[in-house]
Order: sequence, then C-alpha cells, then structure tokens
Amino acid sequence: MNPTIDGLRATFGTAIGRAAVARDGETVVHVRAERLRDVMQWLRDTPGERYDYLVDVTAVEYRDPERPLEVVYFLRALERRSDLRVKVELDAREELVVDSVVPLWAGANWLEREVFDMFGITFRGHPDLRRILMWETYAEGHPLRKDFPLRGRFSRAEQVHQALAANPEAHYSMEELSLAEAYQELPADMRERLRKGERGKIPHSE
Amino acid sequence: MKHVIETKEVAGQSPNWMLARLDDLVNWARANSLWPMPFGTACCAIEFMATAASRFDFARFGMERQAFSPRQADVLICAGRLPFKLAPVIRRVYDQMPQPKWVISMGACASTGGIFDNYAMVQGIDTIVPVDVYVPGCPPRPEGLLYGILLLHKKIKGESLIQRGLRDEHPLDDTGLRLPPEQIDEVSEPFGNSVHQFRSA
Repeated sequence: MNPTIDGLRATFGTAIGRAAVARDGETVVHVRAERLRDVMQWLRDTPGERYDYLVDVTAVEYRDPERPLEVVYFLRALERRSDLRVKVELDAREELVVDSVVPLWAGANWLEREVFDMFGITFRGHPDLRRILMWETYAEGHPLRKDFPLRGRFSRAEQVHQALAANPEAHYSMEELSLAEAYQELPADMRERLRKGERGKIPHSE
Repeated sequence: MKHVIETKEVAGQSPNWMLARLDDLVNWARANSLWPMPFGTACCAIEFMATAASRFDFARFGMERQAFSPRQADVLICAGRLPFKLAPVIRRVYDQMPQPKWVISMGACASTGGIFDNYAMVQGIDTIVPVDVYVPGCPPRPEGLLYGILLLHKKIKGESLIQRGLRDEHPLDDTGLRLPPEQIDEVSEPFGNSVHQFRSA
C-alpha cells in the first residue's frame, strides 16, 4: 500500500474512501467528489508527495446499472518514481459533474475533453470543454456509455448524411494549429527560432 | 502494346504509318500513366507503401509518380478504414481530383467497414464516393493491390470517349448523399460476426 494513503486520511479524514492495492501493485484510492480539487492540490504540492505528473484521466461505467461511474486519475511522482490512482464515484442517476483539474495540470485539458466526449461527464471549471474525438456537431450522445448502442443511434444513411454535412475545416482550422496565442508563453530560444521564420510568419508575434 | 494497338500496313504507303482507334490510344496512355493519390488511414497503407517500394514497385505499371495533391492525381486509393469524421475529407479530396478519375478501395474496411461495424466507421467508402475496384484482404498483400491495379487497367481500356456522361462530375445534391438512403442502409447492414448485434433504441 502506498504510504501516501495515510497522509491523505490524516489530512482529509472522511473525504477519503476505501483504498486497495490493484493487481499490478498500484494503489487505488477513492475520494469524495466534493473534495477532489483539494485532494489533488495536496497530492501535487505537499513536500514528500509531489505527484507532479498526471498520466491519464479516464472513466469507467460498469455493467451493473446500480454501480456508480468512476472517474480515474493516474498520477505519477516523477522524482520519487511513485504511482497513485485516484478514483471519484459519480452516481449515474444524478448529474455527472466533477471539478476540473486543469488548473493543477494543464495536460488534463484534452484528457478531460475526451472523458466528456465519450462519457458525458462535465468538468466544472474546464476552460474549453467540447468534444475532441467526435466532431462538435455529433448528436448521437456519448459513445462509451453502456446505454449507447454499438452502431450508434441513427440509421447508417443518417450517419453518412451528418458526417458529409460536417465542415472539415471547422476542426482543423489554422487558428487552432497556430502558435500565435501561446507565443508569449514559449521558452525564449523557441521564440527566437520562430521569430527568425522557422515556422513561417507568426501573427501578433512582434 | 501489340494487343492494344493494331497496326496495319497500307499497300503502297510507307510502312511508317500506323492506324489505331483513338479510344485505344487514349486508354492505353491513361492506363499506363496513372497517378495515384494515396489516402492511407490504417495498416493497409503499410502494404500500400510496400507496393510502392522497390520489391513490388508499382512504377512498373506506370504509377511512377505518386500525387500527394488531389489536383494532380487520377486514382484515389483509399488504404484503410474510414471513420465518419474523415468522410467529408475523402469526399472533398475526390471532388478536387480532375477527370478522368478512378477510385480503388483497398482492404476489407474501406470496402465494407470490415470488423469495425460500430458507431464511428463508414460501412464501405462506396457510400461516400464511387468505387471502381475493390481489393479484398485484411490487409491485402502487395500482389493483391497490384492485381487490383491491373484490373483497373483493364477497366480503363474498356472505356470509350463517346460514352456520354461517363466523365461527368456528380457532386452531392440537396440530399447531401451520393446514394439513396435506403441503399446506404442496405449496404451497411450487419454481416459475418456482427449479425448478433442489434441496433437498440
């Protein structure tokens, strides 16, 4: 069992649910959804814990309709080479909402978008929560939910119709690919290389 | 070449004369200088690359130049499964190709959806663009693709310049579909391993 669990229980008390060691030796700990942001902040910033890398965010829906959905966070402390899995349970009969961890790990942005796309779980505080795998006008629902039929909800003709009506430029626009907005946040050497025209003219860079 | 263009010596004339049907000449030229536009989406594209590389080398059949721009291509080779998200892309690529143009559907997934009978996958690219040759296999070996290319040669050599409408463009009409909806539903029906899966409400 990962010693982090004792620290979590001492700090957050009843917000920490059951913990167990999975078959691969990694520790899984359940956290109440209301305290998720605080727990994650603590795991990232506490000296001696320092889970500084969010490997993945995903979700699980079980076949038993009574069982809640789980949002799973895979954390890694790069310096200590330690792994921890954090799970949050969401009752499927209620609204599926959980706090976003993008303010803690910027890399959670696309991971949470994928969970939203596939499971319909809303991440409160996400800066840009929209579909990422399916196109943005996709209307059939969230494909990895158990009530979603394998072939989708619409007829094949309707699916082809909607797919052909989509505008491919809407997803792969140059604005989206452009570095312009992030330019000031880039490291100095990369800014210098871009300024010399390595990737063409960057708007608003001067 | 002898089989395609019949030469005939005209009595009293210089033997440098050759007579041939214009169709044969044009088709011979077209068939032997196809410029493929590879649309590789999956493992079929690996076999496609093998077909293009030195061991199998489809340049032997006139495909020396691969066109990575649809505007300079005349065979679209869809090598791999096509998700619905890519459907408008392949349609646009096809629309941008100038006439004359042909389409080879390479592999089980491009031709039928293959094992991917699910919410995300086009069940055969013929619901999106017209297809001339279907190459079976998962993925087809390079010999399979070469055979498909030779079949396309055969098809091209059977065409005629006076066939009206053969080279007309058929853009998507108001329905937004290439085929009638009933036909798309019919060709997309489950088969094989997927017959036990049902569309639920």
